[in-house]
Amino acid sequence: MRALLQGLALLCVVLASPVHAVEPALAQRIAAGDNDEKVAVLAKIVAAADPKDIPFLKALAEGTVTVDGKPVEVTVNNRLRKEIDGAIAALKLVDPDHDTRLAAAKELSNGAEPSVLPAVRKALAVEKDAEIQGLLASIAASLGIRAGDKAERLAAIKTLGSSNSPTSRALLTELKDEPDLEIRAAAQRALKEVEGRLAWAERAGLLFAGISLGSILLLAALGLAITYGLMGVINMAHGELIMIGAYTTYLVQNLFRAHFPGAFDAYLLFAVPSAFLASMLVGMALERCVVRFLYGRPLETLLATWGISLMLIQTVRTIFGAQNVQVENPSWMSGGLEILSGVVLPYSRIVIIAFAVAVLAGIGLLLAKTRLGLFVRGVTQNRAMASCVGVPTARVDLWAFGLGSGLAGLAGCALSQIGNVGPDLGQSYIVDSFLVVVLGGVGQLAGTVLAALGLGIMNKLLETWAGAVIAKIVVLVFIILFIQKRPQGLFAMKGRSVES
Amino acid sequence: MLRRKFLTTLVSVALAASAALGTAYAQTGGTVKVGVLHSLSGTMAISETVLKDVALMAIEEINAKGGVLGKKLEADVVDPASNWPLFAEKARQLISQDKVVVTFGCWTSVSRKSVLPVFEELNGLLFYPVQYEGEELSKNVFYTGAAPNQQAIPAVEYLMSKDGGGAKRWVLLGTDYVYPRTTNKILRAFLKSKGVAEADIMEEYTPFGHSDYQTIIAKIKKFSSEGKKTAVVSTINGDSNVPFYKELGNQGLKATDVPVVAFSVGEEELRGVDTKPLVGHLAAWNYFMSIKGPENDSFKAKWAAYAKAKKLPGADKPLTNDPMEATYIGVYMWKQAVEKAKSFDTDKVIAAMAGQTFKAPSGITSKMDEKNHHLHKAVFIGEIKADGQFNVVWKTPGPVKAQPWSPFIAGNDKKKDEPEGKTVIAAPAAPKK
Repeated sequence: MRALLQGLALLCVVLASPVHAVEPALAQRIAAGDNDEKVAVLAKIVAAADPKDIPFLKALAEGTVTVDGKPVEVTVNNRLRKEIDGAIAALKLVDPDHDTRLAAAKELSNGAEPSVLPAVRKALAVEKDAEIQGLLASIAASLGIRAGDKAERLAAIKTLGSSNSPTSRALLTELKDEPDLEIRAAAQRALKEVEGRLAWAERAGLLFAGISLGSILLLAALGLAITYGLMGVINMAHGELIMIGAYTTYLVQNLFRAHFPGAFDAYLLFAVPSAFLASMLVGMALERCVVRFLYGRPLETLLATWGISLMLIQTVRTIFGAQNVQVENPSWMSGGLEILSGVVLPYSRIVIIAFAVAVLAGIGLLLAKTRLGLFVRGVTQNRAMASCVGVPTARVDLWAFGLGSGLAGLAGCALSQIGNVGPDLGQSYIVDSFLVVVLGGVGQLAGTVLAALGLGIMNKLLETWAGAVIAKIVVLVFIILFIQKRPQGLFAMKGRSVES
Repeated sequence: MLRRKFLTTLVSVALAASAALGTAYAQTGGTVKVGVLHSLSGTMAISETVLKDVALMAIEEINAKGGVLGKKLEADVVDPASNWPLFAEKARQLISQDKVVVTFGCWTSVSRKSVLPVFEELNGLLFYPVQYEGEELSKNVFYTGAAPNQQAIPAVEYLMSKDGGGAKRWVLLGTDYVYPRTTNKILRAFLKSKGVAEADIMEEYTPFGHSDYQTIIAKIKKFSSEGKKTAVVSTINGDSNVPFYKELGNQGLKATDVPVVAFSVGEEELRGVDTKPLVGHLAAWNYFMSIKGPENDSFKAKWAAYAKAKKLPGADKPLTNDPMEATYIGVYMWKQAVEKAKSFDTDKVIAAMAGQTFKAPSGITSKMDEKNHHLHKAVFIGEIKADGQFNVVWKTPGPVKAQPWSPFIAGNDKKKDEPEGKTVIAAPAAPKK
């Protein structure tokens, strides 16, 4: 009777537990054993190569194991997670779907644990697709590089030499103390090849980082290039106009989160024009109320706008609090594009570079092709003469200042995607913006572009060479020296400008 | 004659009565000021604002239960705005002008170094709630955060172990100021004592508020591909952490390949960062919000209620973290010490602090060391989960005594484990010389 009851209970347990191929004994060992024990069990699961185990492994990665029908919590750390991910990928290598196999092989090629080697070899023997085959061969090579006989190891080194993943470099570097001279020499040759290719990838990554920083500097400085460069107003509140753009983005984001959560990913499309408008309106109010009375008096303008910048900071602090606010990236902006193994270009930065190019093109067209652009250029070059031929200079000033301010708002919108948004946001960009405009040459958009890119790339090159702190110092010293030598900046305004 | 005597008696009785009344009034009524010195703006506001709030919460709790020695506590909150010299000015204002009896404050070591001379000169009392680099002992300061041997060293030891991934190469990455520089000096000496070669250590610093981590991450990637298993020790402080972790996630540097362990990043700093790509990166603290236990549950519930009642930013997702816990412990230990000393006098409270214990939200009974002004704390190492919380993967069996003078810095073995110049109060019949 008792035995029968026990049998029934057991049956219930078996029926209740989800169907998976992992034996209860193994599950028990995973739930109760220490990490070494768990790793040993995982190796067994991989060796069994049964794709039905994948749900069990996925649950384990989430931290639960089902033992006797009851979920048991398991602490999963990095070591286990790596083993589990490797095991899942290894089991997927025999999946009938081509893309699943490819993804699994790619994952394993980023560094696999030795326990998956038999599974990889087995999969390699039956794999038909050339791409997956190549990946599998290189995985098998990287795992077999330390074990196996000499011929096998040499072959493995050769395979690794033709790959361009940073993992291969790590593996080959470790062979530099190899007792077998022939293998050591082969490894060194292979290492050189890999390093040569990786060096190019690194250079490409560095160039991208420089361009990305340049695009940010350009966005921050473009508005200033108009207000300061073309109009000659030293606007110390430019940074705060950027900040207003960033806060507008934050507000639009909140609005979308509260009212249109389904369309959250699209909030940036609305944030861009809103940020432009908000900053433009603030800028135009600033021009009407303060700046227009101070044209031609740069020192007073500087002081007045600086005071206004402090007022704006304090206003924002009062409304939103002193703490940073969180602006979340839309999901399509997180992650990155892997151009070569090891070099990932984040989507957010790619988007910002594209955005900077678009803004630049837009402003270029506006200045070159529209009536407002014509007037702005006319007033900039010779205010008195423009006024004589009937250009409403006061209104042109207003619109030009509004345009410059709106561009600052766009910069704020972009910056909110990669940095922090707080009341002090503008302070950290105002100096950089002035540097870019002055270096580029006052009154020249092309100069601003070149200066922004130049400073960005130079900064990034120096950072890899000397660290972020020194890089900043060196760049500032360079700019001081450059301005001493060439006060007009990279590009000097040509022509008979009245001011000069 | 008799009459005169009667008069004198009367006067003296009246005097005595008024004196007694006066004392009684001082003991039961009125308020006493308590300083709160945390940056509420600037680069450190991301971390320090909640410390101000949790201090206010503890003060409110104490007041609701009748205050300390019958006096209500009145919080005096000032904002030094992440500006180090301003910290010293504000501290001076708190002590000499506002006459606060104690101050809870500071996060960065540079701010603590800035206020230290003020507290020593004016004999004030500071409770410092954040993990730091050690190498300091002042009789006027109680350190309720971790010393290096309660955070940094165990974390590095864990990453060296088999379970931590067996790291052999190290990137020491930090913000450029005294805490990261000193911690990395200690860690470098520690790593060397464990046989790590000079070439296997890379040290990198960024300025406060740095926001572009592209090249640093690329450098880490390159360094990690040049040899054995690499781990990153991050002592980045303040809001730079947000762009750092965003870049880390976007560039796809996975914790299973190159784990990053941070000493100044907790639940609050990760708020608003997409933590899905960061799963598995680590932090070492003496408290995590995810620790299970009745003390922590009640602490979290109190905080959630307080944040909601005060409409604090982020009250919809209330988070607790280690320095908040340390602040909370500090406020309560100070209260206990004042009650033991029966006085708000700095020297008496300092003497009464020795050996105070408090059942901390982490579930550990923390003890203030009898001598060295540091708490005995348990060490936890947590991995970031997809929801921004931490999964504790390692902990010490019990509380660890702090070593403010790290044995890994030359000359420290001769230093005394007790601050100089403490006034000995009511010492039990000191032997006569």
